Amino acid sequence: MSRLIVNRRKFLVGSAAVGSSLALAGCNQFDFLGQRGNPVRQALEQANVLTYQAQRALIGNQVLAREYSESEIRQGMKPNGSTDPTTPEYMFLRMANFEPYRLTIKGMVEREVSFSLAELRNMPARTQITRHDCVEGWSCIAKWTGTPLGPVLDQAGVKPGARFAVYHCYDNIQRTVSGDILYYTSSDLVDAYHPQTILSYALNDQVLPVSNGAPIRLRIERALGYKQPKYLHTIELVDDLSPFGRGKGGYWEDNGYDWYGGI
Amino acid sequence: MTVQSSLPPVRGPLVYRQSIWTRLTHWLWAICLFFLLLSGLQIFNAHPALYIGQQSGFEFENAILEIGAFNTPDGPRGRTIIFGQQFDTTGVLGMSGSAERPEYVGFPGAVTIPSYRDLATGRVVHFFFAWIFVAALFIWFLASFINGHLRRDIIPSGRDLAGLPRDALEHARFRLRHGRGYSPLQKLSYFTVFFVLFPLIILTGLTMSPGMDAAWPWLLDIFGGRQTARTIHFIVMVLLVLFFVVHVTMVLLAGPLNELRSMITGWYRTSPGTPSEQGDRP
Repeated sequence: MSRLIVNRRKFLVGSAAVGSSLALAGCNQFDFLGQRGNPVRQALEQANVLTYQAQRALIGNQVLAREYSESEIRQGMKPNGSTDPTTPEYMFLRMANFEPYRLTIKGMVEREVSFSLAELRNMPARTQITRHDCVEGWSCIAKWTGTPLGPVLDQAGVKPGARFAVYHCYDNIQRTVSGDILYYTSSDLVDAYHPQTILSYALNDQVLPVSNGAPIRLRIERALGYKQPKYLHTIELVDDLSPFGRGKGGYWEDNGYDWYGGI
Repeated sequence: MTVQSSLPPVRGPLVYRQSIWTRLTHWLWAICLFFLLLSGLQIFNAHPALYIGQQSGFEFENAILEIGAFNTPDGPRGRTIIFGQQFDTTGVLGMSGSAERPEYVGFPGAVTIPSYRDLATGRVVHFFFAWIFVAALFIWFLASFINGHLRRDIIPSGRDLAGLPRDALEHARFRLRHGRGYSPLQKLSYFTVFFVLFPLIILTGLTMSPGMDAAWPWLLDIFGGRQTARTIHFIVMVLLVLFFVVHVTMVLLAGPLNELRSMITGWYRTSPGTPSEQGDRP
């Protein structure tokens, strides 16, 4: 019995020592969690899958993000990420006032289609005053006008096997020695067909400026800012995200951010 | 024999004080809150400012806290602005690290996970432990409701509230009695943590999710906007850190081995004079 007590006491002192050293030693020892392929990190990342599934189960597919009143637009939309793309294709389009611009829908569709800016502007429009939430933590309320993506996808006819929409953009978000990395992201078809998911061409009643993604920025209002691709030119319907970039479904996703982006 | 038995006992009975559910969830929370705090400060560093309202004022003023670095004639300095009051926080907030290699971050790398700027990893760690934290709270609430821990030890009764001034006085004199149950002050502080701080930090965390704001738009209404929720989330974090400091101080004052034993094995040595009950050990 006395041996047991001594052992217990040793155990208590030992666990207290371990606990306090963990708290005092700073956090360099957890830097391994930053390694993108680390198995412990990959295990922790599974929580994001749980979050995605839980939110999809909880939030009705058609439930809208909050829309605000005009009086709550108190400032311009803060530009972030790419604000002035320098790829030749984009600079040419910009100089031509986006006249030659076309938005292409391709991949797992019945027919590949493309639309000019004028055609998109002539489609039924939706205007919404919504809150843009950046993954960094800030928010900004602005008015977005565009045409809902769902009916545009229907014109192409999404094939039954398609699971994701991949959004390809003009902007070189990162320049490396081996060339430009172009922005892209993706969503499931729930977000793609959500009534507030619009191909926006106007911001706060003005033509969408270059710093905010001209000529077309997709809005996915129930997700963070990195799910609102700017300078959008092609939407590709796929059943697998692995062929794109580093296979995680987007530029920021390839850099370790969660794919769903609703939290 | 008769002489011995007439002496007052040197210690009270060993009582079974903490159920397996309380002990298990206690240590789960300890681990979770450690990782949540350090990954949370990493996330905060991505935009080290707090606002009141739906949005962040870039062209108008609604910030109540801003941490940053700015240039002076003597070189860069760390600066913290709280409610418009400026404080030089060089070395701690806004600017830290060595003189040769200063880091321009909100909170220093010593208190963030990872120690360098990595928002993506901070979010992975934060959300993983947030799930565990909430699951543990759910289990604890369920178990404590069933086994009576909530009613017996957490929710202060009328008698507890009446005894509060006296208990506060006893604590102030460091006269800590080790009874079978919790003292009124203990009950009140645990009640505050479980019924105010934990629910608040979870709900304000959810309010920062644009998906959850669509599912439960009332979140935005009860907290007065996403940015206010983010501010409350931060303030509750500070309060929980304060709770942790007081909690550990009280454990040290009350006898760390006995307190730790009760949270590991469940058995707690009471003060002399505590009446014995069935199931106690000598």
